[in-house]
Parts: sequence; C-alpha cells; structure tokens
Amino acid sequence: MATRTTDESPQTTSREEAGADLTLTSVTKRFGTFTAVDDLDLVVEQGRFFALLGPSGCGKTTTLRMVAGLEEPTSGTITIAGQDISRLKPYKRPVNTVFQSYALFPHLDIFENVAFGLRRRGVKDVKKQVQDMLELVELGGFGKRRPPQLSGGQQQRVALARALINRPQVLLLDEPLGALDLKLRRQMQIELKRIQTEVGITFVHVTHDQEEAMTMADTIAVMNQGVIEQMGAPAELYDSPATTFVSNFLGQSNLVKAEVVGRDGDDVVVDVQGSRVAAPRSRARRTDGTVWVGVRPEKVFLAHRGSETSDGSNLLGGGTVSDVSFIGVSTQYLVRMPWDQELTVFEQNSGARESFTVGDTVDLHWIPAHTFLLDADQDAHAGDLSYAALAGGPQ
Amino acid sequence: MSVAAAEAAAGGTVGHEPVPPPRRRGGSGYLLLLPGMLWLVLFFLVPTIQLVATSLYDPSGSLDTGYAMTWSFPNYWHALTSFTAPFLRSLVYATVSTGLALLLAYPLAYAIAFKSGRWKNLMLVAVIAPFFTSFLVRTLAWKSILSDNGFVVHVLQALHILGPDGRLLATSVAVITGLTYNFLPFMVLPLYASLEKIDLRLIEASKDLYADGFTSFRKVTLPLSMPGLVAGTLLTFIPAAGDYINAELLGTPKQYMIGNVIDSLFLVQLDYPAAAACSVILMLAIVAMVLFYVRRAGTEELL
Repeated sequence: MATRTTDESPQTTSREEAGADLTLTSVTKRFGTFTAVDDLDLVVEQGRFFALLGPSGCGKTTTLRMVAGLEEPTSGTITIAGQDISRLKPYKRPVNTVFQSYALFPHLDIFENVAFGLRRRGVKDVKKQVQDMLELVELGGFGKRRPPQLSGGQQQRVALARALINRPQVLLLDEPLGALDLKLRRQMQIELKRIQTEVGITFVHVTHDQEEAMTMADTIAVMNQGVIEQMGAPAELYDSPATTFVSNFLGQSNLVKAEVVGRDGDDVVVDVQGSRVAAPRSRARRTDGTVWVGVRPEKVFLAHRGSETSDGSNLLGGGTVSDVSFIGVSTQYLVRMPWDQELTVFEQNSGARESFTVGDTVDLHWIPAHTFLLDADQDAHAGDLSYAALAGGPQ
Repeated sequence: MSVAAAEAAAGGTVGHEPVPPPRRRGGSGYLLLLPGMLWLVLFFLVPTIQLVATSLYDPSGSLDTGYAMTWSFPNYWHALTSFTAPFLRSLVYATVSTGLALLLAYPLAYAIAFKSGRWKNLMLVAVIAPFFTSFLVRTLAWKSILSDNGFVVHVLQALHILGPDGRLLATSVAVITGLTYNFLPFMVLPLYASLEKIDLRLIEASKDLYADGFTSFRKVTLPLSMPGLVAGTLLTFIPAAGDYINAELLGTPKQYMIGNVIDSLFLVQLDYPAAAACSVILMLAIVAMVLFYVRRAGTEELL
C-alpha cells in the first residue's frame, strides 16, 4: 500500500534542508518466505521527529535496520539527501542508531563510549565535543564511569549521546525507552523531544507504544504486516483513522456495522440497526454499501433512555450498562446494545456529568463530526491487542 | 535538568546496579569449605612443603644414607647452572607452542561461536573428542605422522621445504608440534566461552559508529575476548612448560625440556634434592611470568 508524503513541513525553510530527506522507495525485505517489509514507500523530511508505530513483528524494526545498514533490502532503494545508500556498509552511512538494549561497550568508560564514533573517523581532539555532548544529556560528571555502573535511564542517555555526537543526518531510535519504567519513560519522552528540537536532526523513532509516538512525533506512520497503514500527524491519525487497524491500535474505537443509505449535504448517512447516523464525508473511507461506523469512546455521551438530546446528534438507543470502571479522571462504561454488541464510553469525571450504574438503560449520543466510516471488509478487531490477547490469537 | 533530578529522586528504583543479597554470617559456609580445604592441605600444601624441604636437603645424601636437612641453598644454583639449556628450552617451546595454539584456536573458536550455525555442537564435540583417547596414544600417533617415511615428510621434501635427508621427527619442530596439538583444546574452549558471550549488538553498534569489520574486531571483539585469551594461554603455557612426554616421544635428549630432566633426576638418578630444586624453580618461574602477564593483560579478576 503506497502512502502519501506529509504536507509541507514548517521546519523546511531552505532547499538544502529539504534535500536531506530520507526516502524509501518500494523497499521490500524477505526472510526466506516471510515478507517482513512489503513494497514500502516513505519520505521523512529533514528535521522531522518521525515515528514508526506498530505491533511487534510489523516490520518497523526491520525498516529501521535497513536504513542503518544492518539489514540489506531484498529490493528497493533508500536514499538520504538524494544519495543512494541502500547497499552501503553501515559504517559508511550518515546515520547513527540508538539501540533498544543501548549496546554500550562494557569494556570502555562512558567518555570512550561517546568518543567511539569520533575516534573511528579520525577526529583528533574529542575531549571538548564529548564533554559538551555529555552535558547535553545531563551526564557531565560521568565520563570515567563504566556502563554497568549507570542506571537504565543514564545508559539510555549515553547511548543517545554516543549516536548524536556524530551529527548524523538521520538518527534512528529503536524502541529507545522500552527498558525504562513508566515514570522515567515519560520524562525521557519530553527530554528526547527537547534534544531533537535543539539539534534539529531528523529522528526516526521505532516504537510499539502509541502514546509515546503521539507524545513525541510530528509524523507517525502506523505499520502493520510489513506495510504502512496510514501516515500523518498524530491528531489526524487519531481523529480520522483510515483502517480498522489504525482505529484500534491508536487508542480505542467503537466500530458498529451499518449500511450507507444516502447523503445529507456534506454528510454520509448510514443505517445502524434502524437508527440514522451521520458522518462527515471527509472522514468516510467508504461511501456505499456496508461500512463500519466508528466513534472514539471519549466522544460518546451517555443519557438516560429517552431523555432529550441536542438536535442533529447521532443517537443509538436502548443500551444497558453492563460494566462500570472508575479510573479517576474518567469513568469507563461498557454498554450492551440491543444487537448484543458491547460499546465503550469514557465519561470525564468533571462533576457536570451524571453517573450511571450497572443495569441502567441508556442512550448513546455524539456529534456527527466525530464519526468516521471504514471499509466493512476489514476485520473490526484488527490492531486490538487486548482482543487478540483474550482470544488467544497472535497479536 | 529535569530527568537527572527526577532520577535522583526516584533513587535506586531505576538503577541496574544489583543490590547485593544480604550476607548471612555463620558456620555453614566454612563447613562447606572444609572438604576443599582438606583436599588442598593434603594434596597441595603438604606436598609443596615437602618438595621445598627436599630441595634444601644435603645433596650428598642418598636413599641408603638418608637425607639431612642442611638448608642447602646452593642446590638451586647447581640446578640452574647444570640445566640452563633444558630450562630455556622449556620456556621457548612452551611460548612458541602457546603462540601457535593461539593462532590456530582463535579463528576456530571465532568460527564456532559466530559462524557455525547448527554445526556448533558438532564442532565443540570435535574439539573435545581427542580427550577420549589417551594423551600417550595421541602423541605416539604424531610419531608416525611425522616419521621419516610418513606422508608429511614426503610432501615437504617434494616441495623442497625439507632437504632430501631432512626429517621432522626428533627435532624441535616435532616437539613443538606435539605440544601445540596436545594443548590446543585448552586454548579453544576458554576462547570459545568468552567469544560466545559477546553480544552481537555490540558489533552492530560499532559498525553503526563508523568501525569497519577489522576495526570492530580490534576495538570490540578482541578486548571483550581478553578473559578467554588470557585463560587459554595460561592453560596452554603452564602445562606445556612442565611437559616431558612430547620431548620424550617426539624428540631426542637434544630436545629435552626441564620436565624430562626432573623425571630423570627423580626416577633414574635418584638425586632428589636437585630434582626438587628444579621443580621449585620451574614453579616459581611460571608463577612470576603468569603474574606479570595477567597484570599486563589487565585481567586480574582471573586470578
């Protein structure tokens, strides 16, 4: 599946910068009969913080390793600033990698770890540069320590410094925060974003954590089974997913089967179990036949059965609350609909909303603009990891 | 500053530094040490003291007249001056064969660790397989391999590497070949063990950081395999320096090493003080060299 390139980048200010894009053209990688990456086209503009997001085994790490030169593409070309690097040895490429396991050299101290790339390129006086770089990652006084003497977060920053000091045209990050605990991960996300803004180098970040991708990246490409399902700004992907996979992998979605019945201005009108539901045409991936009607759980409001709702709302009535989970900032409801499907609703605990208990009969309503339509040929549970885990199937 | 501060605040929870398990002080540890200690005292400490004592006996004593402890230090001087050549030969032969074993073993261990794929176990078995036959039998086999009518000598003569009357058996070459062969597995196995432990991602990282294949080897693989290299060279050098079977079977008295001399002094000439003095000198020389070597290699943790 080919993907569009992103819209104009605000960082792209001059022609030379625009020329340093990373481009993958119909890149395929097969391991035996298994196709890890399938005819991938991708343009990452210079200076971007780009995230490759997908579940394990989707080909994102293989893609990264092909850019790094650690795997050779079966076919296709990879260029940076117009130069074809597809068959170059890794040590000849203008890219550096922050490895998932950090891969710090245990026999060298932190200073020598960071200086490694400079020394290999014959840079004579590395002291100043290494110290500046250690300052940048806030490890100024740690030069003489050995990697095992540092904490996970500190090792992670050494790995970042070791790669960044070489001023690569593209910095590759392979699940760099995977080994950190949640709190530290949050802080490192902000830190990484700060450093990226400071150095202005293109970051290509591979992760399976959708929150991490959305927090840091300007552009996210969602990968599944070797192809990019959708690419765009985080908000765009979230609000207007192109496939069921994206709608489930990035956040949660309620997907209900419906038939398209007609048009109403800019809206597509569909029939859901006898109820009329409208969706903006711009968010409809399919405008005829059977579709999935999608809406995010936090966009849906609950009301007692038959109570007044504002005009023009999409309304699905006659549900029964089957489960209530109090999360703190919000309450998560499961509502069993008359056609025996459970839908999810998040209500903000703002105090202004009524709360419901199990057994209450409720109506679900939401603004038509928050509705999206997807192709009903796609699996409604694609990308839904909790569903896959419960069903015992592969993720 | 935010992350550093937060990490400091988070304290040890994020650290990878292992917390040492609480030590229980008690007698059970010493009790468990007892069999080993007893073994060492009986079979190492007592014999060593006995050996050192013997080396200082009056050299004019004999089995019939008995030996008197006269603190006869000249025994050492006598041993050194009388047997200088075998001493030096031992060191040279052991050094050369250790070097050769290293040259053979490193590529082999590297191949087993990184390139053997599903043949790994078979290759390891092949390295160990010679131990299933006796050391003596294997060394005798080399006698026929290197014999004057053997294939090897004929080929070397045909290639004019050896003269028409040239021979391998009964030369230093034969002894060094035997030593190298016999101690090769002791070099391969520690090297394999430390190469095998190397995280391949470190090699990838070095390639990512502008090191080509050879530089990656020199700067990452080789330093990380140093513990195995040091252990392997010690396990080869120490027994090779004290060996006497190879010189006995593949050499002539002209190739005799200090091991042959000690053997002969103890069992043929019955000159116990001289034999003990030679043994102590060999032992001290090896310990001194090993200490120097391990210091230089920066792998003190092996000792």
